[in-house]
Amino acid sequence: MIEGIGYLSLTIWVPIVAGLLILVTGDDRNASGQRTLALLGSVLGLLVSLPLWSGFDSASAEIQFNEIAEWIPAFNIWYHLGVDGISMPFILLNSFTTVLVVLAGWQVIKTRIGQYMAAFLIQSGLINGVFAALDGVLFYVFFEAMLIPLYLIIGMWGGPNRVYAAIKFFLYTLLGSLMMLVAMIYLFFVSGGSFEILEWHRVGLTMTAQLLLFVAFFFAFAVKVPMWPVHTWLPDAHVEAPTGGSVVLAAITLKVGAYGFLRFTLPIVPDAAHELTWLIVALSLVAVVYIGLVALVQSDMKKLIAYSSIAHMGFVTLGFMLFNPLGIEGGLVQMISHGFVSAALFLCIGVMYDRMHSRQIADYGGVANTMPKFAALFMLFAMANSGLPGTSGFVGEFMVILGAVQVNFWWAAAAALTLIFGAAYTLWMYKRVIFGKVANEHVADLKDIDGREFLVLSLLAIAVLAMGLYPLPVTDVMHASVNNLLEHVAHSKLVY
Amino acid sequence: MTPPLSDFIIALPEISLLVVASLVLLIEAYSQSKVAAYLTTIFGLLLTSVLIAFAGSADIQFAFGGLYINDAMGITLKLLTCFAAIMAVIYSRQYLADRGMLGGDYLSLLLFAVLGMMVMISAAHFLSLYLGLELLSLSLYAMVAMRRDDVRASEAAMKYFVLGALASGLLLYGMSLLYGLSGSLELGRVAETINYGVKSEMVLVFALVFVVAGLGFKLGAAPFHMWIPDVYQGAPTAVTLFVGSAPKLAAFAFAMRLLVDGLQPAHGDWQQMLAVMAVASLAIGNLAAIMQTNIKRMLAYSTISHMGFLLLGIMSGSLAGYSAAMFYAVTYVLMSLGGFGMVTYMSRAGVEAEELDDYKGLNAKHPWLAAVMGMIMLSMAGLPPFVGFYAKLTVLQSLIGAGWLWLALVAVFFSLIGAYYYLRIVKLMYFDAPASSETIPVSHAGDARMLLSANGMAILLLGILPQPLMTLCAYSIQMSLR
Repeated sequence: MIEGIGYLSLTIWVPIVAGLLILVTGDDRNASGQRTLALLGSVLGLLVSLPLWSGFDSASAEIQFNEIAEWIPAFNIWYHLGVDGISMPFILLNSFTTVLVVLAGWQVIKTRIGQYMAAFLIQSGLINGVFAALDGVLFYVFFEAMLIPLYLIIGMWGGPNRVYAAIKFFLYTLLGSLMMLVAMIYLFFVSGGSFEILEWHRVGLTMTAQLLLFVAFFFAFAVKVPMWPVHTWLPDAHVEAPTGGSVVLAAITLKVGAYGFLRFTLPIVPDAAHELTWLIVALSLVAVVYIGLVALVQSDMKKLIAYSSIAHMGFVTLGFMLFNPLGIEGGLVQMISHGFVSAALFLCIGVMYDRMHSRQIADYGGVANTMPKFAALFMLFAMANSGLPGTSGFVGEFMVILGAVQVNFWWAAAAALTLIFGAAYTLWMYKRVIFGKVANEHVADLKDIDGREFLVLSLLAIAVLAMGLYPLPVTDVMHASVNNLLEHVAHSKLVY
Repeated sequence: MTPPLSDFIIALPEISLLVVASLVLLIEAYSQSKVAAYLTTIFGLLLTSVLIAFAGSADIQFAFGGLYINDAMGITLKLLTCFAAIMAVIYSRQYLADRGMLGGDYLSLLLFAVLGMMVMISAAHFLSLYLGLELLSLSLYAMVAMRRDDVRASEAAMKYFVLGALASGLLLYGMSLLYGLSGSLELGRVAETINYGVKSEMVLVFALVFVVAGLGFKLGAAPFHMWIPDVYQGAPTAVTLFVGSAPKLAAFAFAMRLLVDGLQPAHGDWQQMLAVMAVASLAIGNLAAIMQTNIKRMLAYSTISHMGFLLLGIMSGSLAGYSAAMFYAVTYVLMSLGGFGMVTYMSRAGVEAEELDDYKGLNAKHPWLAAVMGMIMLSMAGLPPFVGFYAKLTVLQSLIGAGWLWLALVAVFFSLIGAYYYLRIVKLMYFDAPASSETIPVSHAGDARMLLSANGMAILLLGILPQPLMTLCAYSIQMSLR
């Protein structure tokens, strides 16, 4: 039973309660109060998640900050929370991103500000729940419930085609989740009546069962990641979502899918995972190479970054399927780094969009002349996205490529193409938008970023540089858990 | 032979409800006040609930020579039926008053319908089962036809009556065959006889087909669902609200009494029929709902799909399955009350808010109402953290536990399709601008508004803590199966 309330519960419920409080404060007449409340809620959410980092025992692969309480005893469902080195960093990343999103939406969102802020806070709490849940049903509840705020965010504050994008996003991800639900119920019976995820890690399964479960989990997580060819909802959702929505989508929700691979697919069905490595690797490489080329020809900046996200996530899934420490840790580092970089890039595009109301690359040119501070920060993030050494983008990609070389040289060679494509599409876009002559009078009228925008972007810049120059603290936290996972996956749990 | 006094005590709730129903009719005759009849109705239902809670015990008791059974499932379902009826009455007060329909005739019909349901729930005999069913059905036909100058309402009532009578005929024919086979009308005896083996397996299956078809009609499961959309759309919204809520509990009890108490030994036979009906209901309900522009009609098709899910629970044929089906029925009634309650609330004198477009931009004008409706819709779609999710979860679990993995996958597939039209309501309320700049009409009934809020919160709270209701259902089923 719980003794008092643990930090994990706080990271989940503080933002949710703050969001509900904002909702009861009423409509836009209280906008300034609602903004302050949202900022307070998100900062408080970040503060309560910090002890997870400081109190974390990196040497141990055990689940830490355990909280167990009875929830639905009739079905042996528990309110069981806990984190290991794999999930803990994402709670911090999520809480951190929420603060940025609240700040980014400060003035940009003009209508129904309270609902906007509340949706983000509630979503933040739910996502923390996804990373902390160790009970299958609890996980599923958070996993599904987080769709609802994002659906509303895209649909209410998004671009012209927002309704289509929102419904597509929702149904696509729901399809995957429902398959997973069936898989979970099946596991419940196979494991002798338990929804405990760690119990599922231990239960022996036949190859047929493993393959079917693999497919079900694959649907759920591949859609979220998203992997080629189930990625098509992402560009639509990104293009139509408001800036904050894109940030959360890219920085956090995609990570939920990849996290699912490590928490469910690999440990629960290791033999099927080994068996189907070729499939995931192939899909990942297609994402890296083909989607990289697709990104190159985009004329819409948001779409370009969306495709770049898919390519980068392909790297992550590739790393996971290498079954060596470098690959998995590289994938995890890449996830966190991509969380910072993609958030920053979407915020940068948001900054320009707020001024020009266009995301077309062709409408810009020579922005450096009018927005020098902005151009400098944007430069850093563009470099990080192309994987420049010294930025966080480099670390993860380098680790994954090193890990891939150990397994198969050609996989590594194909994956390394991303360094070229990534640099090509990001820097080419940067060049067309920022450099050159001032393209038109709209660009000439641009004002440089204000203090709030500068604060948001520089926080991310610090994160990107810190992780790029000294990634050890991050990998340290993961090390024990990743090794534990690999050891677990190496053992067959096949039964006949 | 006069039944002993103790039998009357067991049946006290039904007797008191009968008295109250007659009283409401009398009040109408002697008093001009509409409020008196209304308050008497609510008071009578409350009194009945208290009597149900205290008169019965959780042990199985028979009364009136085996016509009447009192068990935990009956008590729970009757209590919930009364609560659902009370909610329906409160939701529809303003609507009925605006249209001059609030009076002793309507309310007493409603009470008789509730009485019919209670008799059905407590039936241990084909005779009482049929009697309760007919009392319920006849009251409902009359309620649907209340607005007799309305073409659609008359058409709906006509359709309902003709198809309902046909269904009753089928049911009776099936029952008579079963009587021929077993020589008894008592459900328990029928089960015993079938258990020992019947002379002709074919006649048994033949009887089952008729009984299950009749049941399908009453539940509104495909392919016997034709009346549902027309009746739901054509009836006055307040009547739809009632038709779509409490009778589903009675229908569940009906299925349990008939199939489980009476025909459990023939489980293998009716299981397949239910599976076919369930899949057809899921498919037709969910696919047809997508195309609707009228919210009452859309919710009618959604009812059909929910009944499919309920049948899946019953057909899995285990304690877990029956509990899951009961939980599903209870949560569905809660959601259905909320959904139709909202439609009723949004209507006011002269305005029926029954087109989907009436809900456009609701969030901009009435954020709380939109939130409640949103919760109801997402719950119907089966999304956590709302109670509808657990209803689906428990049914799926019982299905997979009984080895029906493919049926679970079919159910899941159609839930995905179903999610689309529920999301469309959310989309209309949240993403679209209001159809006109003037405020969206809602009635100003404070009681209905409070009840709506409570209803929405219940859907959320039961979604966060579903344990008490689940335990209640599991306990009721466990205590009642012989």
